[in-house]
Amino acid sequence: MSGSHLSLVKLQGISMAYGRGAAAVRAIEEVSLEIARGEFIAVVGPSGCGKSSLMKLISGLHPPLAGSLTVEDRPVVGPLKSVGMAFQNSNLLPWRSALENVLLPLEIVAPFRRGFNRNKNAYSKKAEELLESVGLAGFTRKYPWELSGGMQQRASICRALIHEPEILMLDEPFGALDAFTREELWCTLRDLQAARKVTVMLVTHDLREAVFLADTVYVMSNRPGRILKRCGVNLPRPRDLEVTYTQPFQDIVHELRGLIGGKH
Amino acid sequence: MERSEVAIRVVAPAAFTLVLFLVWELVCAVFTVPLTILPAPSDVFGALWQYRAPIIDNSWVTLWTTLAGFMIATVFGLGLGIAIGWHRAIYAGVYPVLVGFNSIPKVAVVPVLILWFGLGEVPAILTAFLISFFPIAVNVATGLATTEPELEDVLRALGASKLDIMRKVGIPRSLPYFFGSLKVAITLAFVGAVVSETVGANKGLGKLMLDAQASFQVPIVFAGLLVLAVLGIVLYAVTAIIEARFTGWAFRGGANR
Repeated sequence: MSGSHLSLVKLQGISMAYGRGAAAVRAIEEVSLEIARGEFIAVVGPSGCGKSSLMKLISGLHPPLAGSLTVEDRPVVGPLKSVGMAFQNSNLLPWRSALENVLLPLEIVAPFRRGFNRNKNAYSKKAEELLESVGLAGFTRKYPWELSGGMQQRASICRALIHEPEILMLDEPFGALDAFTREELWCTLRDLQAARKVTVMLVTHDLREAVFLADTVYVMSNRPGRILKRCGVNLPRPRDLEVTYTQPFQDIVHELRGLIGGKH
Repeated sequence: MERSEVAIRVVAPAAFTLVLFLVWELVCAVFTVPLTILPAPSDVFGALWQYRAPIIDNSWVTLWTTLAGFMIATVFGLGLGIAIGWHRAIYAGVYPVLVGFNSIPKVAVVPVLILWFGLGEVPAILTAFLISFFPIAVNVATGLATTEPELEDVLRALGASKLDIMRKVGIPRSLPYFFGSLKVAITLAFVGAVVSETVGANKGLGKLMLDAQASFQVPIVFAGLLVLAVLGIVLYAVTAIIEARFTGWAFRGGANR
């Protein structure tokens, strides 16, 4: 999958720190990785290992200290507009309905914002279809507090996808959900990615989630984060939840768990 | 409204107010309190009726000076709050001066205002403004400062400018703080206007009460206090209704929109 001619994102020897000079805290050290177009990667590691920093870095929100970072062979110097982001907290705006929340990026991203008022009906239709595709038909006019946690998270992912970004970045998007809802959303995300062929970078500390969804799992070390292992997941697609109970799946999860360490 | 709702929201406050007046009346009657110390409610209402013309006349002046000062405070406080919330440098620069200014008792500023603008409505308006813009500015700035950093990341990753983030997120999210602060500010503006009138003015409830006190017409003083209380409740209620109307989403689940 990661032939260099296909790679969308390329990190070479990237280090990153917060703060400057002696007080600087190293978040990431010497990270090199490539993400192919359409690839689903997951980054796992102990908490505070710089997983989220990696995401900030690739989206251009925080500059690297050293190393080179390119997206579509162009160095990243500022925020990338071809990125959609969603976090553990859905961050929906409480004064907007689900539909209006999903429309928000179109009011901001350059090619859409100019014709926003003119094309509002078409955009609303597109947003409605997207919401329906994640199972929120009939909830588009509801306000965030009228939605369950899982529904809010679905809407949040729709908001990240509405402007058709090249890369979807998810930072522990299912971390606050209960186990059953989480598995439901795994399947939603799996289907969305299969249908739209979007490149996904998923940051998580749930190893089963990473192995179930991703083509490639990267394991990061404790802070400052380095990549300990790149692990290709060769389970056939489409994957069913049943796969999580099979031996090959368990073996991969077990191996990854061993790399992360911690007290047992 | 359901019946139990009516009981709680209408009957309860009315009954409590009535009981308060009854106890007051009773205390005055039992202990034969002199009229010049504490007039009974019956005396106060009597004075209110007897002097209704000058009371209405002066209430009107106090009311419009309060509202004028409050309007200026709203516009200025909103602008200042956005400026403070906009950038940390503006916050750091302005905040200490603002806190210092806010700690000056406004009654001490009134003589200066009278010196500058003479006796009349202007000092009252300005005092109402000076006393009430601070909570508005601080609340708006707080609302802006509490924007979730993740949400800001989401928007910045889309190429949003600072202005975009303010328009789409910062300002709407600070509206409940803004409207909440209006309730505090309107009451303060009212206090400011009356304080200014008692220090020096030729009209207004404060001036009326000052004159009545000078001639020992204590029932009129209390009638003035009563009108002030009623006007305060009305002004508070109006801003509370405006708040509920514009920021229903912040009181989740409750109101229908």
